[in-house]
Amino acid sequence: MLRKLAISTVTAATLALSSGAALAAGAAGHVEDYAFSFEGPFGTFDQNQLQRGLQVYTQVCAACHGLRYVPIRTLSDEGGPGLSEEEVRAYIEQNFIEVYDPDLQDWRAATPNDNFPMSSLENAPDLSLMTKARAGFSGPYGLGLNPLFRGMGGPEYLASLLTHYTGSEREEFGAVLYGNETFPGGYIAMSPPLWDGAVEYNDGTEATVEQMALDVAAFLTWTAEPALMARKQMGFTAILMLGVLSVLLYLTNKRIWAPVKARAKGQQPAE
Amino acid sequence: MSGIPHDHYEPKANWEKSLQKRLPIVGLIYDTIMIPTPKNLNWMWIWGIVLTFTLVLQIVTGIILVMHYTPHVDLAFASVEHIMRNVNGGWAIRYIHQNGASLFFIAVYLHIFRGLYYGSYKAPREITWIIGMLIYVLMMGTAFMGYVLPWGQMSFWGATVITGLFGAIPFVGDAIQTWLLGGPAVDNATLNRFLSLHYLLPFVILGMVILHIWAFHTTGNNNPTGVEVRRTSKKEAEADTLPFWPYFVIKDLFALAVILAVFFAIVGFMPNYLGHPDNYIEANPLVTPAHIVPEWYFLPFYAILRAFDGEVWLVMLVDFLTAGIVDAKFFGVVAMFGAIVVMALAPWLDTSSVRSGRYRPMFKWWFWLFVVNFFVLMWAGAMPAEGIYPYIALIGSAYWFAYFLVILPLLGVIEKPLPQPDTIEDDFKEHYGKDDGGHGGVTSPAASPAE
Repeated sequence: MLRKLAISTVTAATLALSSGAALAAGAAGHVEDYAFSFEGPFGTFDQNQLQRGLQVYTQVCAACHGLRYVPIRTLSDEGGPGLSEEEVRAYIEQNFIEVYDPDLQDWRAATPNDNFPMSSLENAPDLSLMTKARAGFSGPYGLGLNPLFRGMGGPEYLASLLTHYTGSEREEFGAVLYGNETFPGGYIAMSPPLWDGAVEYNDGTEATVEQMALDVAAFLTWTAEPALMARKQMGFTAILMLGVLSVLLYLTNKRIWAPVKARAKGQQPAE
Repeated sequence: MSGIPHDHYEPKANWEKSLQKRLPIVGLIYDTIMIPTPKNLNWMWIWGIVLTFTLVLQIVTGIILVMHYTPHVDLAFASVEHIMRNVNGGWAIRYIHQNGASLFFIAVYLHIFRGLYYGSYKAPREITWIIGMLIYVLMMGTAFMGYVLPWGQMSFWGATVITGLFGAIPFVGDAIQTWLLGGPAVDNATLNRFLSLHYLLPFVILGMVILHIWAFHTTGNNNPTGVEVRRTSKKEAEADTLPFWPYFVIKDLFALAVILAVFFAIVGFMPNYLGHPDNYIEANPLVTPAHIVPEWYFLPFYAILRAFDGEVWLVMLVDFLTAGIVDAKFFGVVAMFGAIVVMALAPWLDTSSVRSGRYRPMFKWWFWLFVVNFFVLMWAGAMPAEGIYPYIALIGSAYWFAYFLVILPLLGVIEKPLPQPDTIEDDFKEHYGKDDGGHGGVTSPAASPAE
């Protein structure tokens, strides 16, 4: 009974996923399983990569997309891109970041306490949570095993999307759609945003399309889950402490029950 | 309580006596904590504690979340992001609350299956069972409304689909749906009342949990043999039982610690695994998600709901006989709620005089098929309603009803049960009294002056 139910529980938890990632990404096309530094229980963000990703976001994505839920000041948070407060102010100034102020009823220069601006193009989705709002891996057979072992695949989906343009175009209702192997349906409204050398990295890394795609995917993973590293740390600490507590309680339990069980043995009628 | 002879609280000091005379609260707590508990309970009897703990966990984290949450269609989604980013430790509290719902349902399903296997619902514990079923229904309502609060795409569309079920009720459906939503569609009024009820219902559940515990403390616990504790003398009762404290409290706390370690592994390393990515997109009434799926714990019932479509002959027959009043949609709704109702009626549908499935050779097979069927339904519920999946869901739904309405009543008549032990003491000795073949009997000293 026990063992079987334990197995059932695991199955239940696994099956649960079929409700989630399995279906959300059901229609998505090819997703490359890129390796990121923040994967796995001990994975951490690569600060240099986040800074490069911020550069790609600022110089390419921000033309149309926004990060409306991300406060600009968090660029200097621990576990993030790690800019100093002066660098954050300089970042705002150099990039002429403006926000709409409802009190002034006008645009003004952003301060670190403001959030990033919203998308400027109506059909360009906000990117704050993009890597959590998309799933790259699903199945097999709706069982949710792939996301269990490979992760939900949001960053992988994003990086794949940026690197898997086919080059074909199609016109639909007067709008041009661009062939993409990753995007559900195969055609996406966003024109290929990256080309080799589209960004000149401050740290001298060569800006290939794949490099930029991976960097911006990492950066957008941070914007979606800024507490990722703290969260893993908490999980690790909790497991460690609960593990020790479990051992102590197990020994206590064994000790308490020992006389009861010994008595059951002792009273066995001698036959 | 419980009719099992045992030592009661004896106030000793003067203040204890005078307090006991005026408000016997210490005595109440003492008798609750020291309740004689069958000594042969196995590890499936830990879920009650896990559930109680989870309820408190959800209430505590929920109260903190409400302090930072804004129930407004334009602000709700952003306020959740505010919790995740700006509130100290907000991400941890929110992820614990979010995954706590899954912990709650895993535990409750195991708790229910335990009851079904060991016949815990049978006389005299029917009231405990019925209250438990009411708690379960309240949990589903609470979880559903809680899922709407982040105001993501799945929140919105899940709410639209589920409240739409009430619209299927003949004649009064539309009026009821409008009344529930506070308007013609899911909107700000809906969000506000869902928050209000999501905050209220856990406290109703808490009250029901107290009744649940009171009820089984009155009848005494069931146990894996289903044989009652002897109440004829205190000596015999003590041979069958042990006080809840410390024997079962420590055992349950050990189990709880292990389960929480797994829980925190999920919260720490894959907090969104059990969720749906679409819920990180803000609700948009103009864009329907490709597949609207409920959370995993609703999937078996969602499968039953969708199984009875207009192509099932039974549905067509009922549609015809009621002159279209009970159409396929309403039939599905009735089937979904009926699935829970037949489960609640198990005490009266099961005709066997033997409680525990351990001594019911035929029942065992049907029970495990029922468990497997539960997972099949869960899986079918997550699949799109096309191709072979509706047929699988239909077969699964049919078995669900057959289990309660046909198999349980018939088995009691045709099954020949195995011999049961005379007493719990015998069962316990059977289990632990054997000569030490394997597992570390070295640690138990022969002389054990425990008391």
